[in-house]
Amino acid sequence: MLEKLEQIKLDALAAMDKITDQESLLVWRATYTGKKSALMDIFNQMRELSKEERPLVGKRANEVRQDLEKRYEEKQSEIKKELLKESLQSEILDVTLPGRNLSHGRLHPTTQTLRRIYKIFAEMGFQVYRSREVETDDFNFTHLNMPQHHPARDMWDTFYTNTEGVILRTHTSPGQIHAMKEYFPEPIRVILPGMCYRYEQVSTRSEMQFTQVEGLAVGHDITFGDLKGTLSDFARRLFDADVRTRFRASHFPFTEPSAEMDVECFVCNGDGCSVCKQTGWLEILGSGMVHPNVLRAGGYDPEVYSGFAFGMGPERLTMLLHRIGDIRNFWRNDMRFLEQF
Amino acid sequence: MKVPLSWLKDYVDIDEIPIEELSRKITVAGLEVEEIKFVGLNPPVGDKHDFKVLGMPWDKELIVVAEVTEVGAHPDADRLVLCQLNDGEQVHTVLTGAPNLYEYKGKGLLEKPLKVAYAKLGATIYDGHKEGYHLTKLKKAKIRGVESYSMICSEKELGISEEHEGIMVLDDDAPVGMPLADYMGDAVLDIAITPNIARDANILGVAREVAAIFGKDLKEPKYDFLAEGDPINGQVFLEIKEPELNLRFVLGLIKNVEIKPSPEWVQRRLRLIDQRPINNVVDVTNYVMFDIGQPLHAFDYDVLLERAEGKTPHVYTRTAEKGEKITTLDGIEHNLLPHNVLVCDDKGSHSIAGIMGGTETEVSDQTTTVLLEGAHWNYINIRKSLGNLRMHSEASYRFSRGVHPAMAERGVRRGLEFMRLWSGGIVSKGLLDEYPLPTADPVVEIFSRDVRRNLGVDLSLKEIGKILSSLGFSVEIGEKSLKATTPDHRLDIDHDPIIAKADIMEEIARIYGYDNIPETRMADVLPKQRANPSLEFEENLRDLLVALGLQEIITYRMTSPEREGRRLPPEVKPDNKPYVELVNPIAADRFVMRKSLLSSVLEIIEGNLKIRERVAVFELGHIYISSEAGPLPDEKPRLVIAMTGPRQNTDWQVKENLGITDFYDLKGICDEFLNGLHIENFTYQGHDHPSFHPGKCASINVENRQLAVIGEIHPAVHAQHNFRDTPVLAAAFNLESLIESAPLRHDTVPVSVYPPILEDIALIIDEDIPASKVEALIDQTGGKTVTNVRLFDVYRSEQIGQGKKSLAYSLTYQDPDRTLTDKDVAKLRNKIVKRLERELSTELRDA
Ligand SMILES: [Zn+2]
Repeated sequence: MLEKLEQIKLDALAAMDKITDQESLLVWRATYTGKKSALMDIFNQMRELSKEERPLVGKRANEVRQDLEKRYEEKQSEIKKELLKESLQSEILDVTLPGRNLSHGRLHPTTQTLRRIYKIFAEMGFQVYRSREVETDDFNFTHLNMPQHHPARDMWDTFYTNTEGVILRTHTSPGQIHAMKEYFPEPIRVILPGMCYRYEQVSTRSEMQFTQVEGLAVGHDITFGDLKGTLSDFARRLFDADVRTRFRASHFPFTEPSAEMDVECFVCNGDGCSVCKQTGWLEILGSGMVHPNVLRAGGYDPEVYSGFAFGMGPERLTMLLHRIGDIRNFWRNDMRFLEQF
Repeated sequence: MKVPLSWLKDYVDIDEIPIEELSRKITVAGLEVEEIKFVGLNPPVGDKHDFKVLGMPWDKELIVVAEVTEVGAHPDADRLVLCQLNDGEQVHTVLTGAPNLYEYKGKGLLEKPLKVAYAKLGATIYDGHKEGYHLTKLKKAKIRGVESYSMICSEKELGISEEHEGIMVLDDDAPVGMPLADYMGDAVLDIAITPNIARDANILGVAREVAAIFGKDLKEPKYDFLAEGDPINGQVFLEIKEPELNLRFVLGLIKNVEIKPSPEWVQRRLRLIDQRPINNVVDVTNYVMFDIGQPLHAFDYDVLLERAEGKTPHVYTRTAEKGEKITTLDGIEHNLLPHNVLVCDDKGSHSIAGIMGGTETEVSDQTTTVLLEGAHWNYINIRKSLGNLRMHSEASYRFSRGVHPAMAERGVRRGLEFMRLWSGGIVSKGLLDEYPLPTADPVVEIFSRDVRRNLGVDLSLKEIGKILSSLGFSVEIGEKSLKATTPDHRLDIDHDPIIAKADIMEEIARIYGYDNIPETRMADVLPKQRANPSLEFEENLRDLLVALGLQEIITYRMTSPEREGRRLPPEVKPDNKPYVELVNPIAADRFVMRKSLLSSVLEIIEGNLKIRERVAVFELGHIYISSEAGPLPDEKPRLVIAMTGPRQNTDWQVKENLGITDFYDLKGICDEFLNGLHIENFTYQGHDHPSFHPGKCASINVENRQLAVIGEIHPAVHAQHNFRDTPVLAAAFNLESLIESAPLRHDTVPVSVYPPILEDIALIIDEDIPASKVEALIDQTGGKTVTNVRLFDVYRSEQIGQGKKSLAYSLTYQDPDRTLTDKDVAKLRNKIVKRLERELSTELRDA
């Protein structure tokens, strides 16, 4: 019996070596370990053996069965591995074929830039304040220290409406007066975004309609140093953590002293290029300490309160940030332009 | 404002200061240098420039001062001459065609040699014969048989001006052999002058700023003149009739004037600043204006005498009479308005004050006696006059920004002295000076704490005083404050003491240096935060719509009634509410503010359909509706969604498209959008709107509030646009209603852990009963146990019958607290079916 067992084992293992697929493996299992296998016959014939032989044969038969089952498991896993390998090989994709089309919405680039500006100023405590676009001459000019025939009115080419004294705002500055009248005597930190209009021929550099973001801080002991600090912080957030800023004396009727802020050209790093017109600097925003007459127009006593104001053009910033050569792209809304943002 | 450095050096010593450093510092101080043109001097080396740099250096070896000793004829060419020229090292024969040498031709050795700029072989200069500025290098050549290798230069060839009529002649004292760059090399700054520094629109003004910024002394001119003639008194009478409009009027007189070209250096300076030299009298008025900022006017005194018919001329100023007209130097007749101020004599008006002189009284080649005017005109009135007369000149530019009355006298004094020196005339003693309302120069009191409070820097009274003195203020330092008196050359310091203080702060900041003021952060309390629901709502809308695959657009707010009319079929008249209309539109087809956002959006769809089939966009923006409540219109926020074309673009896998966008695509987007806003219980109802297809239009409502009109664009409207054949779908939302309907917050329902049971039911129903009614009844009857009702099929056939349809729904039953049994579901289903049968006469169809 023991010899027979050894023979069964040898036969089974020899047969196993030839097996390469799952089906043959199942057949092998039935043939060598199934109910009708020679091995099971030996278990069935066990009763006929002598008391002495029985435990020896029993032990050996069990060992053989375990060996064969172990071999079966091993083979099984070899075949699975092999199968997986084959299937992986047969499933290789051309990863360079294009992905499936999805229609994808995007925010208009002006909205995207406005949001960046909102976010940076929100962190500095400036909240958004919005006001109307069709304005009175008084709010657009007179309250901003530009009485009738003031030379500074020349700086704004204005659209007039058929209603006397009603114009399209040339800047969001009227909002400064609205905010002050509404918030007096509280301290103020607001930014004023919105659409503005100028009587200007439309060209690659200028539009008759454009958005603007102004800012206004009014309170006690707000200084020109605070203006520099706040706006330089803004530039470092918008452009680059170590961008250099420069403040140049300038003139706006609603601020005194006034300053323009330039940032070092990020295209040429200040060496001079066509974007910065060879100057190495990019003009980013106008600013200044709020003029006493403007504080008065808003109800704030200039001897008690001080503040600063600033203004910038989101389209211009977007153009600088993304090297856009033609401002007319913004309202033309060609999908091929909008989809680049 | 063009500023040649050579001219600037008349008033401030800048020899030690590199040009770029000078430019950089004055730029930061508010005199923005826009470009630097190098005229002979070397531009700075290296690639880092803060300025736009133009121009050319003159090689010191190759371009020198030389003298022409004799001018001879060319053997074969009448228009060419051969010059004997000494460049300090040797004598050359130089060929030139300069017409200004013809007069010396064949005259033998010149009595007085002509000093010229000589470019040797190999020198680089501009090509005088080409338009614009192109560099060229001098080479050997034969011209009409005569060898030529060098050149006597014109101003254009050296980059000084456009002048190329003849060669440039230098003053007699120019040292022969000296490098031209050392003799007259220059650089011209182009400075932008903002209205607040109008006082600096002249060389002296810029010099004063440079002196203050660099701590140098200002070498102000003396304004003396040598007068050896009869006193002016009695030779002319002077009167001001409107002293508010004409604060001051000063006259001087010079006789025996010989009209001829100004000295070479004067002409050259004028050309460097783009002015055309005319003669030695007219040039004086121009020169003084650019030199110190006071415009002058020269009259031919003999013409005035003639007009006075032998009596003493009477010069006076007054405002125009009603209907009065005047013809100016340029030959144009102007209708005058009552605020226009005129300069007159006994025979009538002859000049428009501060703006333009008259033809008859102007200086001519025959003039021998000149009456020189320097005046102050009210700048606001000049601005008004420029508005109605539409004339601009360098003089009116300055007068319209304000010139201090003290400058009138200085201008006349300086003008008389230059005329004497340049024309050989004899100046009459004294001036006529009418100054009925002398200007008081503001005195401003400044405390150290003002500077601290405004600029954030600590400066002592002494430091403040030093800065202000450098700008010409007279400063008196007291115990706690200083008093600064505004110098009599500027009008920008206000008479209101608080505004004046702000004006002075700017002066302190500019001279102290904006760069030197430290960056700080506001120490003041943070204002209280305020809710801003409308902005947050709008930003949320944008995010939702973008997530639904729509592209945001922003369009022009200005349009025309014709453009907007295209949103309606031809037979429909638009409402007659007036537009907000522009009186000065810039584009003929954009002269009103829009009343329809739908129109704006359809235009963009139209434009994009030229390049692609599928477009899906939204815009959030205002419309402008005239208000009866007041002059300002209502600005109403609106939202329009529009889409057209295939649902999906085909690609390498999706060979057939998934169909064309239709009403239900738009509806799906609207549903998701409103769900995203957590608006509940919104319903769709068939709706009539002229822009939309009558059978494919709905309103979206919450209770009795209409949120939107959606639908397919009416075929007649479609036809009025350059659309493709596919339908265009649009939804127009009223933002105010949306905001009112959207809850500030919303509740959630717990997610049940018990298994759902799904079941389909199909119902046969009359065609005219809308699906929404069926769904509403299922919802109501199912209560909270039916958690989802989804229509998955609409079916019509003969078998079902004419006028009937089959609706198939998939229902989800789920209880939050327990596992439902089949029995529970069957019971509820029967209840639903019974109710549908009872109320809508539906018939359950076998599954
Ligand atoms: Zn650059």
